[in-house]
Amino acid sequence: MALESKTPKGPLKDKWTNHKNDINLVNPANKRHIDVIVIGTGLAGGSAAASLAEMGYKVKAFCFQDSPRRAHSIAAQGGINAAKNYQNDGDSVHRLFYDTIKGGDYRSRESNVHRLAEVSASIIDQCVAQGVPFAREYGGMLDNRSFGGVLVSRTFYAKGQTGQQLLLGAYSAMSRQIGQGHIKMYNRHEMLDLVLVDGKARGIIARNLITGEIERHSAHAVVIASGGYGNVFFLSTNAMGSNVTAAWKAHRKGAYMANPCFTQIHPTCIPRSGDHQSKLTLMSESLRNDGRIWVPKNLDDVKAIREGTKKATALSEEERDYYLERRYPSFGNLVPRDVASRAAKERCDAGYGVNKTGEAVYLDFSAAIQRYGKEKAVVMHIENPSESEVIRLGEGVIESKYGNLFQMYEKITDHNPYKMPMMIYPAVHYTMGGLWVDYNLMTTIPGCYAAGEANFSDHGANRLGASALMQGLADGYFVLPYTIGDSLAKEIMTGHIDENGPEFIKAEAEVKDRLARLCNINGTKTVDHFHKELGKLMWDHVGMARNSEGLNKAISEIKALREKFWKEVKVPGTPDSFNQELEKAGRVADLLELGELMAKDALTREESCGGHFREEHQTPEGEALRDDENFTFVSAWEWTGDASEAKLNKEELTFEAVELKQRSYK
Amino acid sequence: MANENLNLTLKVWRQNGPNNPGRMETYQVKDISPDSSFLEMMDVLNNNLIETGKDPVAFDHDCREGICGSCSMFINGEAHGPDRGVTTCQLHMRKFKSGDTIHIEPWRAKAFPVIKDLVVDRSSFDRIIQAGGFISVNTSGNTVDANAIPINKEDADKAFDAATCIGCGACVASCKNASAMLFVSAKVSQLALLPQGRVEAEDRVLNMVHQMDEEGFGNCTNTGACEVECPKGISLENIARMNREYASALVKKG
Ligand SMILES: Cc1cc2nc3c(=O)[nH]c(=O)nc-3n(C[C@H](O)[C@H](O)[C@H](O)COP(=O)(O)OP(=O)(O)OC[C@H]3O[C@@H](n4cnc5c(N)ncnc54)[C@H](O)[C@@H]3O)c2cc1C
Ligand code: SF4
Ligand code: FES
Repeated sequence: MALESKTPKGPLKDKWTNHKNDINLVNPANKRHIDVIVIGTGLAGGSAAASLAEMGYKVKAFCFQDSPRRAHSIAAQGGINAAKNYQNDGDSVHRLFYDTIKGGDYRSRESNVHRLAEVSASIIDQCVAQGVPFAREYGGMLDNRSFGGVLVSRTFYAKGQTGQQLLLGAYSAMSRQIGQGHIKMYNRHEMLDLVLVDGKARGIIARNLITGEIERHSAHAVVIASGGYGNVFFLSTNAMGSNVTAAWKAHRKGAYMANPCFTQIHPTCIPRSGDHQSKLTLMSESLRNDGRIWVPKNLDDVKAIREGTKKATALSEEERDYYLERRYPSFGNLVPRDVASRAAKERCDAGYGVNKTGEAVYLDFSAAIQRYGKEKAVVMHIENPSESEVIRLGEGVIESKYGNLFQMYEKITDHNPYKMPMMIYPAVHYTMGGLWVDYNLMTTIPGCYAAGEANFSDHGANRLGASALMQGLADGYFVLPYTIGDSLAKEIMTGHIDENGPEFIKAEAEVKDRLARLCNINGTKTVDHFHKELGKLMWDHVGMARNSEGLNKAISEIKALREKFWKEVKVPGTPDSFNQELEKAGRVADLLELGELMAKDALTREESCGGHFREEHQTPEGEALRDDENFTFVSAWEWTGDASEAKLNKEELTFEAVELKQRSYK
Repeated sequence: MANENLNLTLKVWRQNGPNNPGRMETYQVKDISPDSSFLEMMDVLNNNLIETGKDPVAFDHDCREGICGSCSMFINGEAHGPDRGVTTCQLHMRKFKSGDTIHIEPWRAKAFPVIKDLVVDRSSFDRIIQAGGFISVNTSGNTVDANAIPINKEDADKAFDAATCIGCGACVASCKNASAMLFVSAKVSQLALLPQGRVEAEDRVLNMVHQMDEEGFGNCTNTGACEVECPKGISLENIARMNREYASALVKKG
């Protein structure tokens, strides 16, 4: 099938406005007869469900948690970008657009990214109107901070809980619509299949996670906003339940998966401490505003630190290697995530890692504490403050900015980050890949849309910090409510979709059959066992650095693991009851198919770009080396009936407004 | 810092469904790293149970970093266990000693019926928010500029502090009356402190309190147990503010 992006004609900056003017509208009276299913209540799904319901559509929303407020977006820490230029530092829609395209290493669609930048300012207005308590300055105006890969301050934040506050905003907008009966909310429900009628997405099969009952739900369109699939690596910063199932079911029904191998490994996470770990914890990128990253210059010091005979604080400035500042003087500690992560790996591979496992670098706040302490003393008219006074004041400022993150760090590691530098290491964090969508956010299945992290749209090969929240809310508040009308306008005469049609009955039977199969294997190994094995294969071969030998190995071993899973997994209990192991088993089964596709995608992409680093393709200085001539396209994989035989389709990317350059943050 | 791995006796509440009687069951877990979290210890227990052909213990969890509000265990008589200012998922095993016996129960409140084992139904909280925990503004892209209404930093910070409630329900579980006042007052306060939220403040507080009563939560008798156990440090000040808001709304609107 040819991939049509449906990008509107005309100059880049007019495309969205023109498109909105041309798009089909649905008359308010007709909207009441149109059903839309939204899978997911994170920033993307929550904002979409609320907005669509406000417009008059009949919405059914689903999440697997016990409340829409607990979607994984709640955990986002650092902030959300918007081209408001409140700081008067030269920001603009164009600059946000350009930074995002460049940050994504020129592997995203210009038109989508420009639209994202255009609507970004409205997001902040909307959220403030909803009562989202963003951080403010003393004058009462909104405060901003900086994130990696940019030279302006455009990030809005609410301490280290920005995602929570934004999600609660969307949740309250949803709650208002639920209360008014415009959204029917299905908590503790998991979508287990997409139902197509005459080639169009017409509903889903869902499992009620309390009773185990299998339900059919019909609609005129289905929006998949089910989040990212970083948990394919087992250890990631994602919530435990984050998974690919909803997107994967759509994929198996005909929706293409785009750039599945584009994974973001975040540079600042709490390092692994042992095998007991079930997840990794992010330390927000915002910390790189004030924290400096370093390892010792001398291997002797590294050894002493690992053995516990020397403390980080005992090393003088000359004995420290601030390697990001050294390698990238222009962006320093604020280089994009992919660059920062690889640099940490490079130092640790060279033997400079500062913890027992050799996989940790320092993130040090002592300079910032000094600087803020002195500034504060001036503001408070304290003359000649003592050293301890400065530190106390400085720590106070740091606490007001990052208090919850520091507390989280201390609870997990039992170390006080105000006194000792944090130890951090890269971890899997975000998936740029996802369901392929056109300009209208529609997948290759008519009537099936994808929003938020579940789609591939805006971040190319690397996402900039604070841009996922922006994208999720842009999709849900400002894009989908318009673009979905284009296809729904054709549905006003369709009438209710029959949930008892043969397609629903067949899909339900297949779902039940699969659940029964999982429960009947009755093998000897737990679901976690397989998930961990998969995660290790992914991290070792499809992680921060990839090469053809490793990828080939991953492909064959994941396939073998999948076969073993279906023979040896043990899922206790029955399908028709509350059964958390069964939920996990279904998700891991899908991740076992996805993992292979990710490896295949990484193998096919014979270049390095953004988070995708192929060791065969690097500059002499070890930077990622793109191949624009041969790889300026989106890989869109088509399901063929066999998880090992996916077919590659390409969407060629054309750039009109920006010139393709080798990224440089030096 | 304790480095030794722990051997523990767990007494865990098992209950098959809302209408089944529950009971405490005793289990042993061995070799638990003090660096692991409480839920990681529960993972070990569950994998042991599965491997020996038994039914694993059901419990809610998702983010495992103290923000989603899913996890909800009553540990040794305290909501979220012995540590202060943390959720169950942030509680680490270094807070326990080898040989300890740990009692693990679900939240107990009429308005939070048990679904299975440690999993309870907290949808009553959602319904309270649906009754008024929002500002009535449609998505439009035409709302006023975010900086058009400056908000005094002190109010903004207080609103933020109230808004950090994670909806876990520990306040209810800790209260001898199973009152939801801390939870409800946190949302009422957040929105009452902001100019955008003032417009509907009266209806909001009346509707939310009405719904709270409908759901069967108990009365507040100012014992303050909720504040002590709240993982997010939501302050009793919010309850006082809500009481004021409620009283004045009642006078105006009856
Ligand atoms: C720790 C952390 C910190 C972050 N910090 C930032 C930040 O500061 N700034 C930033 O921009 N981005 C940040 N991100 C990224 C950002 O949070 C996510 O990309 C974004 O929130 C994803 O939102 P979403 O709406 O697409 O999906 P999610 O919030 O993941 O929501 C997914 C929803 O889908 C539902 N669902 C999934 N599968 C099914 C199914 N089969 N059936 C029914 N329902 C289903 C879930 O219940 C849930 O409601 C962070 C991410 C992490 C992990
Ligand atoms: S007030 Fe505290 S204890 Fe109660 S629900 Fe909110 S966060 Fe939990
Ligand atoms: S699991 Fe999210 S708060 Fe504990």
